[in-house]
Amino acid sequence: MRDFIDETRAQFTRWMLHLKREPFSLAFNLLNPLILLVFMGSAFQGLARNALGADYRAYLLPGLLALTAFGNSMGGGIPLLFDRENGSLTRLMTAPISRASIIFSRFLAVNVSTMLQCLLILILGVLFGVRIATGVGGIFALLGVGLLLGFGVTAISLMLAFRFENHGDFFAVIGLTSLPLTFLSSAFVPLDNLPGWMRAVALVNPMTYAIDAMRALILTGWNPQGLAFMLAVLVVFDAVMLWLGSRMLGRHLA
Amino acid sequence: MSASLVRIDGLKKSYGEILALDGVSLEAEAGKIFGFLGPNGAGKTTTVKILATLARPDAGAVTVAGYDVLKDPAKVRASIAYIPQEVTADPYLTAREHLNFYAALYHLPAGLRARRIEEALALVGLAGQEDRRARRLSGGTKKKLDLACGLLHRPPVILLDEPSLGLDVQVRHDVWNYILGLKQQGTAIFLCTNYMDEAERLCDEVAIIDQGKIVARGAPEELKGRLNRDVVWVEVAGTNHHAGDLLASLERAIAALPVVRQSSRDGARLKIYVEGHEAALANILEAAATAGVPVRSINYTRPGLDEVFLHYAGRAFSEGATNGA
Repeated sequence: MRDFIDETRAQFTRWMLHLKREPFSLAFNLLNPLILLVFMGSAFQGLARNALGADYRAYLLPGLLALTAFGNSMGGGIPLLFDRENGSLTRLMTAPISRASIIFSRFLAVNVSTMLQCLLILILGVLFGVRIATGVGGIFALLGVGLLLGFGVTAISLMLAFRFENHGDFFAVIGLTSLPLTFLSSAFVPLDNLPGWMRAVALVNPMTYAIDAMRALILTGWNPQGLAFMLAVLVVFDAVMLWLGSRMLGRHLA
Repeated sequence: MSASLVRIDGLKKSYGEILALDGVSLEAEAGKIFGFLGPNGAGKTTTVKILATLARPDAGAVTVAGYDVLKDPAKVRASIAYIPQEVTADPYLTAREHLNFYAALYHLPAGLRARRIEEALALVGLAGQEDRRARRLSGGTKKKLDLACGLLHRPPVILLDEPSLGLDVQVRHDVWNYILGLKQQGTAIFLCTNYMDEAERLCDEVAIIDQGKIVARGAPEELKGRLNRDVVWVEVAGTNHHAGDLLASLERAIAALPVVRQSSRDGARLKIYVEGHEAALANILEAAATAGVPVRSINYTRPGLDEVFLHYAGRAFSEGATNGA
């Protein structure tokens, strides 16, 4: 166990150095949420106040947090694919370490980065005038919900890192999933207002449950019963993805 | 007798229908450099992968530093450094951060880390550049960093895959000297290479693999001798008109020597195929003196390792060049 912690710490440190030394890599992920916050938030503010009876930026913020968490998690496997491409993963696999530490350290690093990015989006939202009904405690709860979404998506991404043969495909998948899945959720309009087929997709999209939970925290306040259902769905999603991931990666790294 | 740190006996491995290794046996000893040569696709990489616990043998016994690769992979991993042919240095990390990273992964005790890292930096000539990110290091320096990272734990066995691929002459020689230094420390070095000059310069023993089978094995000198292409050229002193007679008497004079296999005339010179033997030159000169043939020049040529390679794996080599296998 001591060894596992040492191995994970060394590799986690490496990923944190990447984050520190290449902060602009985050811009790729934060670009869409920022555009939506600034432009869509401003453009629909008046229109939505009448239709939704809510501040549209406050209504939008959960979707942007979910988009941020989803995008960052979905891209989380890319550095492992780079390591596969340039031989350094092979080298790690010949070191006397638990191979689970390779995956676990990356998983931790992705989620730390997700949390920082969500915090940044939250701060920007507050600066744009969004009031969070659950206060400071709510900020922690919002980050927690973002992470619950991130865990399962990170597991998917880590699996993809061992499926794809080149990183171009990987970037394409992120582009084809992040924003479209945000539209196919409750991010921009209430579920009931979506056309039938979009609502069907939104109902099986884990982003919807993260967004609904976060929206309750921002707009309404603490509502344990409502939250419990959303969080339970996310926990089931995480459990399934982590199970699939550990099975598949266990086979790949055996 | 020194200990065999790498022992492969009857190793077989197939990938689907393709038989990659068909009964490979070899040994690499402590304090020696073992060169593994072969055309691309012959089975070099598969063998190294099995030694590095990255692939499992189908049949045969494989031990590294005394540990079975199937039964004790963790102990094998702790006993080796595997340096892949690609440069694996992380562009965002400094040289020192790389060494810290590997020191942790190889579980070096905290008290030992700082000293080993300083030693490694000095050994590969990185002192003064330790805080530069790998992105800003030259290709050669990155390669040396890769090597240094694998040696912090002083492994008894080092697996090197094409260590000088793409390096300039200067750095190549640095890397070679560094590898020779490791040999002095008693490490067993298993070196895969496509460069015959590298094998010639470094290896105590080589094996040539072709289509999954070892086709030749021995010390480089021994393999060259086995080709029977050692040649002594003798040029006689005398006018052109006279030379023919002199060559004829020289040919008669040397014919009975045990080291001589056959000879033929080539202009004013006699081309004598000899057994690879140190006495060949002296014997021929002596015979020439006895026969009264004046010698202007005498020359001994030995085939290079590349000729050995082409002799044993030439066909596969040319096929490999056309289909890229």
